[in-house]
Amino acid sequence: MNADLIQYLLRLGDSAMVQAQRLCQWCGRAPALEEELALMNVGLDLVGQARNWLEYAAELADDGRDADHLAFRRDERAYRNLLLVEQPNGDYAVTILKQFFYDAWHFAVLQGLVRSSDARIQGIAAKALKEVTYHLRRSGEWVERLGDGTEESRQRMIAALPLVWRYTVELVDADAVEQRLFQAGVIGNLQQIALDWQAQVEATFERATLPVPQAASHFYLSGRQGVHSEHLGLLLAEMQSLPRAYPDATW
Amino acid sequence: MSEWTLFEVFVRSKHGLNHKHVGSVHAADAAMAIENARELYTRRNEGVSLWVVPSALITASSPDEKDPLFAPSEDKIYRHASFYELPAEVGHM
Amino acid sequence: MYAQLVETGVKRLKTLDEMSEQERAFQERIDAEIKIEARNWMPEAYRQTLIRQISQHAHSEIVGMLPEGNWVARAPSLKRKLQLMAKIQDEAGHGLYLYSAMETLGADRDTEINKLHSGKAKYSSIFNYPTLSWADVGAVGWLVDGAAIVNQVVLQRTSYGPYSRAMIRICKEESFHQRQGYEILLTMMREGNQAQKDMVQDAINRLWWPSLMMFGPSDEHSPNSAQSMAWKIKRQSNDELRQRFIDQTVPQLELLGCTAPDPELKWNAERGHYDFGQIQWDEFYEVLKGNGPCNQERVATRRQAIEDGAWVRAAAVAHAKKKANKNAA
Repeated sequence: MNADLIQYLLRLGDSAMVQAQRLCQWCGRAPALEEELALMNVGLDLVGQARNWLEYAAELADDGRDADHLAFRRDERAYRNLLLVEQPNGDYAVTILKQFFYDAWHFAVLQGLVRSSDARIQGIAAKALKEVTYHLRRSGEWVERLGDGTEESRQRMIAALPLVWRYTVELVDADAVEQRLFQAGVIGNLQQIALDWQAQVEATFERATLPVPQAASHFYLSGRQGVHSEHLGLLLAEMQSLPRAYPDATW
Repeated sequence: MSEWTLFEVFVRSKHGLNHKHVGSVHAADAAMAIENARELYTRRNEGVSLWVVPSALITASSPDEKDPLFAPSEDKIYRHASFYELPAEVGHM
Repeated sequence: MYAQLVETGVKRLKTLDEMSEQERAFQERIDAEIKIEARNWMPEAYRQTLIRQISQHAHSEIVGMLPEGNWVARAPSLKRKLQLMAKIQDEAGHGLYLYSAMETLGADRDTEINKLHSGKAKYSSIFNYPTLSWADVGAVGWLVDGAAIVNQVVLQRTSYGPYSRAMIRICKEESFHQRQGYEILLTMMREGNQAQKDMVQDAINRLWWPSLMMFGPSDEHSPNSAQSMAWKIKRQSNDELRQRFIDQTVPQLELLGCTAPDPELKWNAERGHYDFGQIQWDEFYEVLKGNGPCNQERVATRRQAIEDGAWVRAAAVAHAKKKANKNAA
């Protein structure tokens, strides 16, 4: 049970961390000054959440590693984030679609977690849910703006969709770890999460006048199992460079 | 020319207080203006409510009219409670 | 100082007698410490000077995100990452407060930003230096924000109301920036290994002189200072502010256990101030002219961000129009 829970906490924490890291890469390069603030706000929320999840995971694992160690010393094969969030930022259409698909999933997941049988999870999720409600509202509005904006923005969204969509299979396809945690009352109903995600995507895409693709099908990679795309290694190489170069250092 | 509209931002800092002007934001529409104002003017818990108004829609009094508009109220002291002298026996009123 | 060498377009101060009635009323208002507000009459040169100064200040905040942004993806712990993200975000926010104050003068933000991107508008010389190690993030917070705060605290009393109010807000928020930077350095010096300590000293060696240059040239070489002071846009001279910064910074430097790259730096009991060596003003003017180590990269990054984002901003406008039409129908 503890092993499952630790796995699941790493998934939540790693996804938030990697998504935030991608947002950091927009720093100073966002399409408007107002977006600089907004992207950094979302990133700040996510690093804060990652810290909460990883701290809990570290306590349960109790093997001498703390949250920083988990974030900055694990190899890519030990990272458990969704494939979706490790994908490169691309243009703003790709960035917004990644953010939106992640937010819609995150929102549904947290709605289950606020009713978790685990009080610690309940507490972290309650705070995170407020933040993610806002993230979803923002990214959903941007999907609408870009989908139903100019001809160019629409074409960019249509071009971005296939780059991102295939990775959404992980958002709606629960594995055995998650099934067991659901049965134990720790996390929400997985079918419900999938349905909520799908409904959110359909409603937003309709407003954005974008076509919803056929459900993505399973393929070889699985972020949750630590089998990532090639992008994660480079992302971690940058993020972890200082703690790796100076393993005994305090910062 | 700016691509986005300039909105003036008003923040209610606490329940029970008036909204107060704090500055402006650029946004494509009012909904975005609220979000941009939230990111810019309430990062440190400064607000419980926001108003945004397109700057072009605000009508302001002109400084040249300062005297005709505001000076006449200066000598109307009977509008203030302290103008009325009551005997001490009345107590607090 | 985030705004250096702001042109006033005024070569000689007018006396009260030489002024028109409007000008005299304006100057008397300033002398009486009554704030000038957007709709008050003001000399055109005052308006233009303010637009230049506030936009320079705003550009500095925005360009200033880049040297720290260089490390945000590499911050070495969760805590440091959160702190740095919040600080960079504040800088974007402060840029926006200042552009907002500037727009009350009738200036257009996009127009002024285009001047930055075409190389016509200046920003603080300090941001044209590279950040080469994590210690630079600490040194930027401690020295660069420290120098900026010395200047900005005084600017809270500047004569133009919207600028003054923006400065008050910025000073309140920035109080954590300098402490955050100093704490990074202190941790590296007290708990760090030799490599980290070397990083700190190296960062100070590189950023010390450029930080002193932030206050701008000496008073006798600041042709625009007199008018800016008379208008109370500027409240204290470059040299006074620089001296104050040095006086408050040297004890902090000693507490770190580091040294400044200035053999002439020493306490002068007679003056009650630290003496310091000659600043290399040639370097300052070269950096300001565009020949600093990172001028080209900084401006190119900002220009590209706004150019690449054009379709995004246009889409938002187009969508807002469609929505408004739908609601009207």
